Amino acid sequence: MMTEVVITGLGATTPLGGDVASTWDALRAGKSGVVALTEDWVERFDLPVRIAAKLAVDPADALPRVQARRWDRCEQVAVIAAREAWRHAGAPEVEPERLAVVIGTGIGGALTLLGQDDLLENAGMRKVSPLTIPMLMPNGPAAHVGLDLGARGGVHAPVAACASGAEALAIAWRMLRAGEVDVVVAGGAEACIIPITLAGFAQMRAMSTRNDEPERASRPFDIARDGFVLGEGAGVMVLERAEFAAARGATRHGRLAGVGTSSDGHHITAPEPEGIGAGRAISTALRTAGLAKSDIGHVNAHATATPVGDVAEAAAIRTAVGDQAVVTAPKGALGHLLGAAGAVEGLACVLAVRDGVVPPTLNLENLDPGVQLDVVTGSAREVELHAAVNDSFGFGGHNVALVFTSA
Amino acid sequence: MQVTNEEILRGLAEIVNEVAGVETSEITPEKSFVDELDIDSLSMVEIAVQVEDRFGVKVPDDVLANLKTVGDAVDYVAKTT
Repeated sequence: MMTEVVITGLGATTPLGGDVASTWDALRAGKSGVVALTEDWVERFDLPVRIAAKLAVDPADALPRVQARRWDRCEQVAVIAAREAWRHAGAPEVEPERLAVVIGTGIGGALTLLGQDDLLENAGMRKVSPLTIPMLMPNGPAAHVGLDLGARGGVHAPVAACASGAEALAIAWRMLRAGEVDVVVAGGAEACIIPITLAGFAQMRAMSTRNDEPERASRPFDIARDGFVLGEGAGVMVLERAEFAAARGATRHGRLAGVGTSSDGHHITAPEPEGIGAGRAISTALRTAGLAKSDIGHVNAHATATPVGDVAEAAAIRTAVGDQAVVTAPKGALGHLLGAAGAVEGLACVLAVRDGVVPPTLNLENLDPGVQLDVVTGSAREVELHAAVNDSFGFGGHNVALVFTSA
Repeated sequence: MQVTNEEILRGLAEIVNEVAGVETSEITPEKSFVDELDIDSLSMVEIAVQVEDRFGVKVPDDVLANLKTVGDAVDYVAKTT
């Protein structure tokens, strides 16, 4: 019998709140984290996208000044979320060699890269910070969390675009199941609300331009959806081998019962339109969890509110899970946290199972007829849950499905 | 204009505080940057660049490598300005 993987700590900082409790409260209450951008560069570059889901609490305000100036914003949010998760887990006493960190990001330290390039161009070589490389490297969030916790059992930084955070949890699960370590701190971090990312995604026609109604812009599964809204934040979980958690008397908030990953092999950015790869990831996750389709009561969908992606995912869910599951799409409220999305939404999935509550999908007024699923709208729905699936997909054709079950 | 050693020390302390978060009261001439003030080599580079800007001196890498204590840095700036 393979070891089970239990969840003993949760941490987050998101557009809805600076911690897990405030994020979860806002998500259940149907609040939106999307706001109008007021930065001068919106006008300067005449950006077609003028909205984003910015962090509710500025991470620089939540850290000592010197740490804040030495860490890129995506490193800051990773450490803040990891510290909360670690405290929530009761700061496990674990041999450093048996503690690992897996924190993914989609983009990494883009703010640092651009800021330092400006300095190089305008002020010269000597003004470039010697911290430029450690601040921009995509393993920076994982490395800083590892240093903060003194982890010596391995520090990993999966990069799989918008599936990075979920992939981090999948890798953590595999490490724990293989018995490599006893505890893994895993999740995702992202902070790149800057002109170049908005411009780049906008040029792909992937983003909502509903600039006049920020709170109504992110509309997963709605017939009038017009793209995603860029967000920022981090989500982190403390995962442990069940035996280790039991021996130290840890409180369990749920289990990561199974994971599935697949790749579309279809197109660099477009999802395979029938959701075949996505469905395979879900089916693998169910198989590794030892569960049947009918066991799944809830799906926390990736649904970014792009026209093609949402329908492809809906098809995958119908095929791989069935239509009995109660579905929500949290990006209506959170926006799209890219490399942090899978971790933050996975966390919401854990809490949905724990509390028996599925948050509403914001702005879903007219369900796309191509989406034949029971999607929660309006207000949160109370429903007894034992097992749930969280989907994450990323540019590059990355598909990750995670199965969370009750503690 | 000649700056006094006290002014250099005060300016250096502000820079070290800004870069590394060390309390200015801790920054006294006999203190070693690395061993006592716990400042890493990356922060030393930042400090050197800020010292150059503030005091109008050059701090080449071979000089920087030999500035072991706060007092060494103050003396270097004093004799170079």
